Amino acid sequence: MSWLWSNFDLVWTLTVAHVSLSVFPIIIGFIVSLPIGWLANRYHASRGVVLSVVGILYAIPSLPLFVAMPALIGTKILDPINVVVALSLYALALMVRTAADALGSISGDVLQSATAVGFSSWQRFWKVELPLAGPVLLAGLRVVSVSTVSLLSIGSLIGVTTLGNLFTDGLNRYFTDEVIIGIVAIVIVALVFDTVLVLLGRLLMPWTRADRRSNRTVRRAALKAVSGQ
Amino acid sequence: MTDVLAAFAWLADPAHWSGVDGIPNRLAEHIGYSALTLLIAAVIAIPIGLAIGHTGRFRGLAIGLSGALRAIPTLGLLVYLAVVTLNLSIVPPLIALTILAIPPLLAGAYSGVESVDRRTVDAARAVGMTEFQILTKVELPLSLPLVIGGLRSAALQVIATWTVAAILPVGGLGRYLIDGLALRRYDEMLAGSILVVALALVTDGVFAIVQRLVVPRGVTLGKVADVRTKEPRRSTRATTASATADPAAPSQLT
Repeated sequence: MSWLWSNFDLVWTLTVAHVSLSVFPIIIGFIVSLPIGWLANRYHASRGVVLSVVGILYAIPSLPLFVAMPALIGTKILDPINVVVALSLYALALMVRTAADALGSISGDVLQSATAVGFSSWQRFWKVELPLAGPVLLAGLRVVSVSTVSLLSIGSLIGVTTLGNLFTDGLNRYFTDEVIIGIVAIVIVALVFDTVLVLLGRLLMPWTRADRRSNRTVRRAALKAVSGQ
Repeated sequence: MTDVLAAFAWLADPAHWSGVDGIPNRLAEHIGYSALTLLIAAVIAIPIGLAIGHTGRFRGLAIGLSGALRAIPTLGLLVYLAVVTLNLSIVPPLIALTILAIPPLLAGAYSGVESVDRRTVDAARAVGMTEFQILTKVELPLSLPLVIGGLRSAALQVIATWTVAAILPVGGLGRYLIDGLALRRYDEMLAGSILVVALALVTDGVFAIVQRLVVPRGVTLGKVADVRTKEPRRSTRATTASATADPAAPSQLT
C-alpha cells in the first residue's frame, strides 16, 4: 500500500488518461448505433445483414484489431487513436444489436397510435420510440461501458498510456501490489461510469422506477447482456 | 496497403512455416490452449448452470457473480496470477482464462434451461419422468442451442485472451504480436493479427453451424421469425423469444 501513496501522482495520471480514452468509444458507439439499429429494423433484408456484420465485428479479438488499425486507417502503431477507433467499433457492434432489439420490441399498437394522433415519423422516433427503447438501451450501454473500460487496459501492450501500464510494469518488476492497484483502479473507474449511467437514466427516464413492466424489460435485457447478448 | 502486402509476404515466407516459432506449431498451441481452457471451464460451469436453470435457485447470485467477473480486467488477472505464483508456465494464464470463460458458459446453460416452456416441463413431470430425466431428456436437448451459444462466446473470449497472454512466456499466436512489437517488426505483428482473426472467425462460424444443427427437429417447425410483427402481444413475445434464442449472437470481452 505504501507504494500507492508514494506513486499516487502516477496512478492519478494513468486514471485520468484511462477515463478520457474510454469516454469517447462509449459515446460514439451509442450515438452511431441508433440510426443503424433503426435501419436494421426498418427493412426485413437489412436486419439480417446489419446483425451479421456486427456479429462478425464483435468476434474479432481486440489485440489483433488494435494492431491492425494502423494498416486500416493509416495511423502510427503507438497512436492512441488506434485503440479509440477499435473500441468504438466494439461499442458499436454491441450497441447496434441492443438498439435493434430495443426499437424492435416496441408494440406495433403504440406506433400506430402515435401515427394516428399525428406524429410524423421523425417526431415519432424522438418522442415515442426512443423513450420506450430507453431502458433497454441503458442496459446495453452499461455493458458497453464496463467492457470498454476493461478492454482499454490491453492498449498498454501496444504502448498506449492507460491504467494497464500498471500491469505491464508490475509484470516487469514482479511487483504484486502494483498489479492489484491497477485492477482495483480499473474496477473503480468501471463502477463510477456505471453509476453515472444509472443516474443519467433516472434523470432522463423518471418513469422507469414507477413502471414495473419496464423494470422487467431491463432485467431481461441485463440477463441477455450478461449471457453474452 | 503496403503494410498488408508485407504481412502477406511474411505469411507466405516458407521460413515461417517450420520449427517452434513456425505458424503450424503456434497455431496448434493456440488451439490446444484454448480447447483445454474451454474444456475445464465447461466441466465446471455447465452442470452448475443446468442445476441453476432447473431449480431456479441461486439465479440472482449467478447473475451478480457473472457481472462482477466482467468488470475485472483480463490482463490484470493474468499478470496478477503469474506474478503472485512466480510461475511462468501456462498454469497461471490457464486458471485466469478458465475463470473468465465461466460466466458466458454459466449464463448460456441457465438461460437455456429457463427458456424451455414451463408447460413442456410440467407435461414431462406429468407423464412420470424423474427430475433427472426431465433435465437430461427434455430441458437439455431443448436448451442445447443456447448452451452452445454460451460455448461460442466463451471460445471467442478465450482465443482472444490467449493472444494477450503472450506477454507471459507462453506459446500461441500472440507471440507474433508481442515479439513483433518488441523487435519493431510490424509485418510480423500484422501477420499474427491476421492469423488470430482468421482463427476467431472460423471458430465463430463452426459454432454457428453447430448451433443450428443441434436444434431439435420438432422445434424448428414452430420457430418464430426474427422480425417485428404487427400483432402487438405476439410481437413482444416473439422478440424476447428470438432475443434469448438467437443463434447468431457471439460475444467476447478481450
